[in-house]
Amino acid sequence: MELSGGHILVQCLKDEGVEFVFGYPGGSVLHIYDAIFHQDDVKHILVRHEQAATHSADAYARATGKPGVVLVTSGPGATNAVTGIATAYMDSIPMIILSGQVPSPVIGSDAFQEVDTVGITRPCVKHNFLVKDVNDLAETIKKAFYVATTGRPGPVLVDIPKDITDPNIKIPYKYPKKISIRSYNPVVTGHKGQIKKAVDMLLSAQRPIIYAGGGVILGEAHQELRELTRLLGYPITQTLMGLGAYPAPDPQFLGMLGMHGTYEANMAMHDSDVILAVGARFDDRVTGKLANFCPYAKIIHIDVDPSSISKTVKVDVPIVGEVKPVLDQMIELIKESDQQPSKAALDSWWKTIEEWRSVNCLDYDRHSSLIKPQYVVEQLYQVTKGNAFVTSDVGQHQMYAAQYYHFDQPRRWINSGGLGTMGFGLPAAIGVKLAHPDSDVACITGEASIQMCIQELSTALQYNTPVKIINLNNRYMGMVRQWQEFSYQSRYSQSYMDTIPEFVKLAEAYGHVGMRIERPEDVKDALEQAFAMKDRTVFLDFITDRTENVYPMIEAGKAHNDMKLRVAPSAPVDSELS
Amino acid sequence: MRHIISILIENESGALSRVAGLFSARGYNIESLTVAPTEDPSLSRMTLVTRGSNEIIEQITKQLNKLIDVVKLIDLAESSHIERELMLVKIRTTQDSREEVKRMVDIFRGKIIDVTPNSYVIEMTGQSNKLDAFIHGFEAESIIEVVRSGPTGISRGEKGLHL
Ligand SMILES: Cc1cc2nc3c(=O)[nH]c(=O)nc-3n(C[C@H](O)[C@H](O)[C@H](O)COP(=O)(O)OP(=O)(O)OC[C@H]3O[C@@H](n4cnc5c(N)ncnc54)[C@H](O)[C@@H]3O)c2cc1C
Ligand SMILES: Cc1ncc(C[n+]2csc(CCOP(=O)(O)OP(=O)(O)O)c2C)c(N)n1
Ligand SMILES: [Mg+2]
Repeated sequence: MELSGGHILVQCLKDEGVEFVFGYPGGSVLHIYDAIFHQDDVKHILVRHEQAATHSADAYARATGKPGVVLVTSGPGATNAVTGIATAYMDSIPMIILSGQVPSPVIGSDAFQEVDTVGITRPCVKHNFLVKDVNDLAETIKKAFYVATTGRPGPVLVDIPKDITDPNIKIPYKYPKKISIRSYNPVVTGHKGQIKKAVDMLLSAQRPIIYAGGGVILGEAHQELRELTRLLGYPITQTLMGLGAYPAPDPQFLGMLGMHGTYEANMAMHDSDVILAVGARFDDRVTGKLANFCPYAKIIHIDVDPSSISKTVKVDVPIVGEVKPVLDQMIELIKESDQQPSKAALDSWWKTIEEWRSVNCLDYDRHSSLIKPQYVVEQLYQVTKGNAFVTSDVGQHQMYAAQYYHFDQPRRWINSGGLGTMGFGLPAAIGVKLAHPDSDVACITGEASIQMCIQELSTALQYNTPVKIINLNNRYMGMVRQWQEFSYQSRYSQSYMDTIPEFVKLAEAYGHVGMRIERPEDVKDALEQAFAMKDRTVFLDFITDRTENVYPMIEAGKAHNDMKLRVAPSAPVDSELS
Repeated sequence: MRHIISILIENESGALSRVAGLFSARGYNIESLTVAPTEDPSLSRMTLVTRGSNEIIEQITKQLNKLIDVVKLIDLAESSHIERELMLVKIRTTQDSREEVKRMVDIFRGKIIDVTPNSYVIEMTGQSNKLDAFIHGFEAESIIEVVRSGPTGISRGEKGLHL
């Protein structure tokens, strides 16, 4: 089969089983768009801004485990995509970005819409390629998918000069079945000796805790994590990125840890003597002050990326490998072992934890005459029976979503953790809805974040992706305001907008349903009505208490056992050790 | 501590900027960097001199290994190795000083490779501190120009860094 570069590209996507390409046309990708025109196996989703293309593709990947695909033109198309590429990079999301480039002969001449896309994106991709010869195109695409989806996943960009897709140059097409790259050999199975050492350490622990992260979801290892945790009977906490890997309603789950983690999770981390870290990267939002991080603990760390291990926190038993096979081996060894976790020690550990838990750190004022944002998320959880896919933007609302929607399945909680990109939520919801048209999809957002990619309401109409937008409208950049309240004596410098659009009208202008909800007693009804409209995108503008803060909070530079709580706890706060 | 990291990397355009970009983005320091193709034209060999605590050097090697284009690397400082740097120096000479300069060059086992009535160009290889010592033997005003390659290195013994 002889094909031109544009057709080769589209054929490669078909051969990879790609369902959707999220993109936006322009001069340097016209040949490719012409090839797209000639087929309908690969569906093109025309976004309204390239940033949204990357977020939609990214969220599609998060919700399915399959890589998301983006197509943008050179110059401004590529630069608009950078925020979304960096977002995917920080959270290790597999994504392929195809960018047009000016024709090879004029590269470097400041040609129209020329930017050094490979150079600009280099620090925020797992790898990138510039295609120099149409004969290399198919193999390069294969490599891109291979690199993006193996080892620690991440975005891979392929920059394609316009002459490479010239319709007049046709060559035989063959998509490689397998590919190997001599300089890239990600580790899969962990070191046996290290795994044995880890199991011995775990079984002799007195105050153990499992700290699981996004790697468990990326590595499809939630079943193994659940089995191991139940087998041991140990407490488990998860990062913002790990939520859903272990079911939140389960009594062994202590909630999220870190800056806005629960009291019990952070206290248990602080006092633990053995930590099993699984696919988590000891991020600064999680560790707090490094010098005081888990002073009594020996740490076991499973991660496929050696550079995640001992990067910020020195660990005692590093295990480089994929979570799934490593956990499998651990489970096997534990089952074979004659040693059992000490029941007495574990009972006393759980007793301490239950005391921390009884502080009820996520409690809030349920009798307020104003709508509390936490209440909206709780009601959303009830109305969707915990089964919705929930995307979010960045801010207080994101933390409320993480704390009050009790995810019990992986890939249901879709948010930008590492980069914290406002504008992520709505395009993400569209990507998720395309992947799971029969599921409920909610986007929890704030009045500031939603305005960063609001134009995607138009995309939602065109492709009929009926998502529910839960706008927790506190008339503040709440997260910024909270920091200003705590650290800058309430000097609210630029953390609110004097003008906020009427979201109901805005939603209607885009062809959707808008609702404004001002009283707590209307919250549940509104949500029920909205989710009953199966085929409509509904924008629910909840006017919430604008002074509400996210608790608990570990302020910058503080340790896990130094948390700011909503109310001073009445139960004993001091750990046995301190 | 000072480390010499020797890297085999795909000889692709952009490979060098991936390494250089990694160092600037992560705030690691590069004292010197030399690159040239190897006997296998698809591969380049890079020698990079850096400084840092053990933790930083560990991160540097892990991050370098993570670059898709990096095939292999070793930290030469971890074992016995040989290290050499090439230097070309242009020295201002006078009738009176020419003999003295020549004697210095001999002591340091250098070579005079270009001569004009008022200058010599001297070629010298050795460990970096030897080259430093040679330079310090001259008054600053007599040195017209110094060009140094930065160190390259190789491990001792029969083992080597290759595919
Ligand atoms: C406003 C705001 C507040 C935040 N507050 C908190 C907070 O309170 N608590 C919190 O936890 N986070 C918080 N975050 C998120 C935080 O910034 C980080 O994104 C998050 O903590 C990182 O999660 P993780 O450690 O699970 O790592 P991820 O970023 O999910 O990384 C996954 C790790 O797993 C590894 N991995 C990937 N695949 C595999 C595999 N197959 N096998 C083995 N290993 C694998 C990767 O190499 C990587 O090291 C906040 C973010 C924002 C924007
Ligand atoms: C693109 C971008 N710019 C700035 C920030 C910094 N920031 C973090 S949270 C936040 C406020 C978000 O306000 P809103 O969307 O209303 O959410 P709220 O905190 O009020 O729930 C800002 C400005 C960011 N995360 N992303
Ligand atoms: Mg707000």
